[in-house]
Amino acid sequence: MDPKTFHKISDYLWEIPQRGEMRVPGRIFASEKLIQDMDEKVREQVTNVAMLPGIQIASMAMPDAHWGYGFPIGGVAAFDPDEGGIISMGGVGFDISCGVRTMKTGMTREEIMPGLQTLVDQFFSRVPAGVGSEGLIKLTSGQIDEMLVGGAVWAVQKGYGEKDDLEYIEEHGRIAGAEPEHVSAMAKKRQYREMGTLGSGNHYLEVQVVADIYDEQAAQAMGLRKNDVVISIHCGSRGLGHQIGTDYLKDLAFAATRFKLPIKDRELASAPINSPEGQRYFGAMSAGINCALANRQIITHLVREIVADVFPKGRIKMLYDISHNTCKVETHGMGGKKKRLFVHRKGATRAFGPGQIDLPQEYRHIGQPVLIGGTMGTSSYILVGTEEGMTQAFGSACHGAGRAMSRTQAKRKWHGRDVVRSLEAQGVMVRGHSYSGIAEEAPESYKDVVEVVEASHHAGLARKVARVKPIACVKG
Amino acid sequence: MRVPYETFEHGADIGIRGFGDSMEEAFENAAVALYSVMVNVEVIGSREMRRIAVTAPDNELLLVEWLNALLGLSDVERLVFSTFAVKIEGTSLTGTAWGEPLDRERHEAHVEVKGATYHMLSVTVYDGRHVAQCVVDV
Repeated sequence: MDPKTFHKISDYLWEIPQRGEMRVPGRIFASEKLIQDMDEKVREQVTNVAMLPGIQIASMAMPDAHWGYGFPIGGVAAFDPDEGGIISMGGVGFDISCGVRTMKTGMTREEIMPGLQTLVDQFFSRVPAGVGSEGLIKLTSGQIDEMLVGGAVWAVQKGYGEKDDLEYIEEHGRIAGAEPEHVSAMAKKRQYREMGTLGSGNHYLEVQVVADIYDEQAAQAMGLRKNDVVISIHCGSRGLGHQIGTDYLKDLAFAATRFKLPIKDRELASAPINSPEGQRYFGAMSAGINCALANRQIITHLVREIVADVFPKGRIKMLYDISHNTCKVETHGMGGKKKRLFVHRKGATRAFGPGQIDLPQEYRHIGQPVLIGGTMGTSSYILVGTEEGMTQAFGSACHGAGRAMSRTQAKRKWHGRDVVRSLEAQGVMVRGHSYSGIAEEAPESYKDVVEVVEASHHAGLARKVARVKPIACVKG
Repeated sequence: MRVPYETFEHGADIGIRGFGDSMEEAFENAAVALYSVMVNVEVIGSREMRRIAVTAPDNELLLVEWLNALLGLSDVERLVFSTFAVKIEGTSLTGTAWGEPLDRERHEAHVEVKGATYHMLSVTVYDGRHVAQCVVDV
C-alpha cells in the first residue's frame, strides 16, 4: 500500500481517517516499509471492521497484518456490549486459540548438544503430529465436556503436567464462560482422538537457544540467560476448533442478516454480543480456547517426559503460553472510565503491560511475555507487553512473520529434502512428517520476522527482551 | 486437455476448483480438488463408502456444506476419499464418497485442511462448463 494514502501519526502508526460508514478510524502499527509491502486488502478489511457496531477507539492492524477471512490476520478490535457491540467469527478464525508456549529446560546449549539428536528423534516419534495423527489419550463425550470447561487445569488434574505450569498461561490455564452445550456433536467427535496432537502446516515443536538478550531485567525475571535452551510449541485447538469455526461461520452469517448488521463481507459473520447467537458463539469459542490450552498442556507433559528420559539434569519449567485467535472479555481504561469489552485478536497476541492481575507474580513488574514465532530457519523473539500498548491497542501485539509466498509457489521453488539439508547446514536439525509440508514451510516463504518485531518494539506495543535461535525443529 | 479439477494460489491458503458438465459433477470434482490439497488422490482406493446429506439456502453455501461435511467425516473416521457422486435437488444435496482409511505414507499426506470458507466462493457456468470453487483454510 502507498504510505502517502494514510494519515501518518508517527513513524510506526498510520491512520485511515474515519469516513463514510466507519464508526472509528483504522490504525495500522507498522514501519513505512511494512506498509509498502502490505496487501491492499488490509486497508479494505480494516475499514470493514471499523463499520461494525459497538467498536471502540479504532479498528487496528498489527505490523504483520495480511489478508484474512473477514478480519485481516493481525486484526484487533474491541466491542462494547452496551453499545450494541458485536462478536465475530471472522475476528477469531478457524484455529481458535492457536498459540505458542515456551518452556525452559534448565540446560545450556553445551549441555544439550550431545543428546540433541536423540531428543529430536524422541520428539518426532512420541509427540503425535501431521495429518490424521492420533493422540495418546482418547476421550469420551463426558470427558470432552469436562475438558472444554477446564482447559489446562483439567489436563493437570488428569496428571498431564504440574500445578505450577498453570500460573504461566493466560487466564491461569482456564478461560471462564465456556459452554460445551453450544459445541456441536461433530466438533466433539473430531476431538475424541486428537488431544495432545500438534497438527500440520505451520505448527511445530522447536528446540531453541537464547542468542541475544536486549533487556537484562526482564530476561532475569523470566529466568533467561544467554545460551540457555528453551523448547517452544506452536499449535491450536485441532479438529474441535476448526469445526466450531465452520459451524459458527454459518450461524453468524445468518445472524448478521437477521440483525441487519452493516456487514461488507459475509466472512465477517457477526451477531450482537447480547443476542442468543452471539452468546452461543462466545460460549463455544471459549470452549475452543480451553481445548487449545488443554492440548498444549498435554504436549508439555510429553515434552517433559521425553526431556527427563534423555537428560537426567533436564527440568521443564514454563516460561509462558500465549493465544492468537481469540475473543476475550477484558476490562480496559478508556478516558478515565473502565469498560468491559470483547477484544478480538485474530492472528494477534495479547500483550498485557506491567501490573495486570492476570500475570504471574514474578512477571507483574515487567509485563506479559509475548512469544513471537519465527519459521524453521529464523529466530523467534520474546518481548514483553507495555503500558503504552495497553492504551494504544488494548494490550496487543503481532504474532509472527506472516507468509510472503503462497504454498504452491513455495513447493514449486523448493523441495522438502533440500530445505532440510540447507537448514542442517545452518545448524537446524529438522524432522518432518511430510517433505512437501516442509517445502511449503521453507523459511524463505515467510516475511522477515525481524522487521515485524522491530515495528512492534518501536510502535510501543511490546518491548524486545530476547532473541532465540532454533537448533532443532519438528514439523507436523 | 480439459482438467476435471485444479487448485489455485491464494496467499497463505489454497483455492480449490471443480469443473463438470453439470453442477453435480462440478461439486464432485471440487471434492477431489479438496482431497488433492491433503493427499495424493491418485493412490486412494475405494474400499469404504460413506453417505452425506446436507442442505443450504443456495448453491454456493451448499458447496461449502458439502466440503465441510466431508472434512468432518474424514477427521472423525480417519478416512480419505477420492471418488464422489452427488445429487442435488433444490436446496438439498445427497452425496456418496468412496475412499479408504488414511495411510500417511502411501497417501503422501502433507497438510490438513481446517475448513472450506466463503472466500472466492462461487458456483457458476463458465465457457459452457459448470465451475464450483472456494478457498480452503490450511
